[in-house]
Amino acid sequence: MSEKMKENILESSVNPMVGLPHAEISKHKEHDGTEVAALSSKLAEMPEYEMVHKGTGACAGCPSPMGLRIVGKVLGPNSVVVMTPSCTVASTGMMPKSCFKIPVLNCAFASAAATATGITGAYDALIEKGAISGPKPTVFTWIGDGGTYDIGFQGLSAAAERNDDFIFFCYNNEAYGNTGMQRSGATPRHAITTTTPGGKTENKKNLPILMLEHQCAYVATASVSYPQDLFRKVAKAKDIKGFRYIEVHSPCGPGWKIPWSETIDMGKRAVKTGAWALWEAENGNLTINAPTLQIAQGKVKPASLEEYIELQGRFNLVTRSPDKDKIIADMKDGIEKDLKRLLMRL
Amino acid sequence: MNTNEKKEILQPVSMPVEGVAGFTSAWRSQWPKLDSEKCNGCLLCWIFCPETLISREDRSIDLRYCKGCAVCARECPVNAIEMIREGEE
Repeated sequence: MSEKMKENILESSVNPMVGLPHAEISKHKEHDGTEVAALSSKLAEMPEYEMVHKGTGACAGCPSPMGLRIVGKVLGPNSVVVMTPSCTVASTGMMPKSCFKIPVLNCAFASAAATATGITGAYDALIEKGAISGPKPTVFTWIGDGGTYDIGFQGLSAAAERNDDFIFFCYNNEAYGNTGMQRSGATPRHAITTTTPGGKTENKKNLPILMLEHQCAYVATASVSYPQDLFRKVAKAKDIKGFRYIEVHSPCGPGWKIPWSETIDMGKRAVKTGAWALWEAENGNLTINAPTLQIAQGKVKPASLEEYIELQGRFNLVTRSPDKDKIIADMKDGIEKDLKRLLMRL
Repeated sequence: MNTNEKKEILQPVSMPVEGVAGFTSAWRSQWPKLDSEKCNGCLLCWIFCPETLISREDRSIDLRYCKGCAVCARECPVNAIEMIREGEE
């Protein structure tokens, strides 16, 4: 990464009103040749179906439509999605246009899980009465971390306990992105948001673990940067009946103060540093996926956390702090402890 | 979904169309140029394009909606996509 690009990032985080830096392509590539070849053959087999039309209202480089494309490829046209106020809803377009090829229901912030419960229950009743024929449409939600971690949590927890038949997707960009990046329960410690200008002082919730403790049919964490992993998890969830929860890590360009082109790269770094863990659990039986398992077991050295922090403008107060080394050592310690705790659940 | 009796759709209902935000190419300051000779067909650009603009068959890019995010160029393992500033060839 060039000095100019670093300056741009620093500039944009000092004044949130300054436009984002132009995406400048850094020259170094971290791709592993064999990894790419294995992924390409899987990509060539993916279904042709695209759920998202061209020309959405999302920011350039937004991972939400990327994730929805992969989800749509698995679930297909016979599905219904519930959304609460979020970036995705804002980018759907205005009446009478919609960029999604499937029915989208936009409901109140706290009621995503309750609404999906109603829809799936109604389909069950209609099928039982013979009012509709054919396979039951897949009901799923696409909710931001605000609507999952904070506002929508009681509905989510209740739906998980009732084991209602739908998939709850949370796309986690670690703040309330649509309203201009306010802190949420998913925001990590030390991150600058508009409501925590001095850096967040609290740790984030570990919601996927909370959902794991609900012992529901399927719980998984995924990342848009690992499309094959996400595809496999959604395909697995599709065949399971009952409540399924999948959290998709989605680095946000404007919110994390990173250039638009870096969203996918930052997602990879999050996984490779251990800051985001990839795992899945069926009925509470945990499986940790690669590369998180290898990092947790100490077989693979985690990627540099310093770089991950320095590249993000939202951690500028850490980067510029005189206690930078100590703060990053604490963060590393926290990540290691989290991974150890995850290993103990196996 | 197959319904036994066909019911009229109650208005107002939004319909799926291309370009809900107009031609989003107006947002960009740079555009991606593909070098087909360098391309090894790994499809990473196709899967990561948020706007579904890259074709899986020949990797041609629909520039009408391209916002110039440069994720395709960043993720290309062989540097086959180059970002060029708007207005330049």
